[in-house]
Amino acid sequence: MKKLINDPANVISDALLGFAAAHPDVRVDYENRIVVRGDAPVQGKVGLVSGGGSGHEPLHAGFVGPGMLDAACAGEVFTSPVPDQMVAATKAVDGGAGVLHIVKNYTGDIMNFELAAEMVEAEHGTQVVSVVVDDDVAVQDSLYTAGRRGVGATVLVEKIAGAAAEEGRPLGEVADVARRVNSYARSMGLALTSCTVPAAGKPTFDLPEGEMEVGIGIHGEPGRRRVPVAPANEIADMLVSPILSDLDFTGGEGVIAFVNGMGATPLIELYVMFNEVSQILAKAGIPVARSLVGPYITSLDMAGCSVTLLKADDEILRLWDAPVNTPALRRGV
Amino acid sequence: MDTEALTAWIREFARLISANKAELTELDSAIGDGDHGANMDRGMTAVVSVLDAEPQESPSALFKKVGMTLISKVGGASGPLYGTAFLRMAAAAGDDVDLAKVLRAGLDGVIARGKAEPGDKTMVDALAPAVAALEAGKSVQAAAAAADQGREATIPLVARKGRASYLGERSAGHADPGATSVTLLLAAAATTLGDKA
Repeated sequence: MKKLINDPANVISDALLGFAAAHPDVRVDYENRIVVRGDAPVQGKVGLVSGGGSGHEPLHAGFVGPGMLDAACAGEVFTSPVPDQMVAATKAVDGGAGVLHIVKNYTGDIMNFELAAEMVEAEHGTQVVSVVVDDDVAVQDSLYTAGRRGVGATVLVEKIAGAAAEEGRPLGEVADVARRVNSYARSMGLALTSCTVPAAGKPTFDLPEGEMEVGIGIHGEPGRRRVPVAPANEIADMLVSPILSDLDFTGGEGVIAFVNGMGATPLIELYVMFNEVSQILAKAGIPVARSLVGPYITSLDMAGCSVTLLKADDEILRLWDAPVNTPALRRGV
Repeated sequence: MDTEALTAWIREFARLISANKAELTELDSAIGDGDHGANMDRGMTAVVSVLDAEPQESPSALFKKVGMTLISKVGGASGPLYGTAFLRMAAAAGDDVDLAKVLRAGLDGVIARGKAEPGDKTMVDALAPAVAALEAGKSVQAAAAAADQGREATIPLVARKGRASYLGERSAGHADPGATSVTLLLAAAATTLGDKA
């Protein structure tokens, strides 16, 4: 294992120290391992709390700030945070208008956020609504699985619901916007290499040279199938086809197309992929209304990418274009 | 079964988790995300520290402390599942602990929190046979053996809960890590409570 770390046991606390040093406009609560917007709680604004296992940076802490999240909870690598963290985050951002929990659909995240919501409502009377993100088309049969995983759409939900909250809209409406974004978004990912969890010290799965794993999530869990490495245009088709056959993307205002890097793939390859994705969409008669290209929801040092398409409408585009001022996404400010 | 004996059970469970951390991680890497050993070890190490600092006065207080500590320290799915199990065990523990009764309450808690059924390739598949053995009046050693058999029976199963379920058919051929850590809980009971049940 070659990593820029001191002690594998201290990766998250060391990274939080660095995050705080680099971004003085957010507050870091080291004891609870939460990152909170500098001016929280914002009175009268719905608070947005998300969180999950670490290793997906910049998600979630990188998206804390005006126009996006009010707080993020950092779990151990690839492990859901614990309810105490979520309770602390919820209390820190409660400006009297209620708090929205944005939860990626993983068994651990669901159960810990569920416990936290029960605890915070019982002890503090804060109104909490949870929205679950489950956009991964690689998981097909939800009757016999834990359901689709929350992946790329999480970034889009956090941005768009964050903009709705910033407009001062009530909790029910912000939650509805978040649910609509999730229901209009689909993702599919692919790994060229596995990833190495610092505490484990070796790659989570073996992926021989010349093979790639299609349908991966963001935790180094193996995907649905293993195939020989292919050119970018064929890879783009493997990712976009299942998305387009899962939801009708025509007839709206086009799509927000998001090509995401898994951590170790250079931006130049992500642009090669974006070109292929946009050509497939052009052939399918689906205009690209907005785009996002880069590593925004990663899987440590995994090489590979994911594609997320969000069917847009006027409101989604307006909220997408709204100003955002966070460490990892900043524009219009 | 007094608080001292039950505390010895919990400490032995912590020791077995630590000793088998690598195996749990190995199993979880095959069908999950490779963190079950590290997470359970972190949680049970915290439990032992808490018990060193504050010895508990009653079985109920002991189980509650274990449950709250696991919920606060473990995260993932196993934190809420083991934590809920111990909180339910605390509620079911009277002055004289009936192991069958408290483990039944724990099992019901795991099922309520995780919504798993037998055969889903989860903790339930090892815990349910152990509880059934105790309820049938068998020894703690027999319950531990039933848990082992339940764990072995998860090997050919296709997972329907948790991250392993994303693998579909590829989850078959590996023992479930959660069922494996449950066998350690029962093995610890067999060595510390075996002559007391």
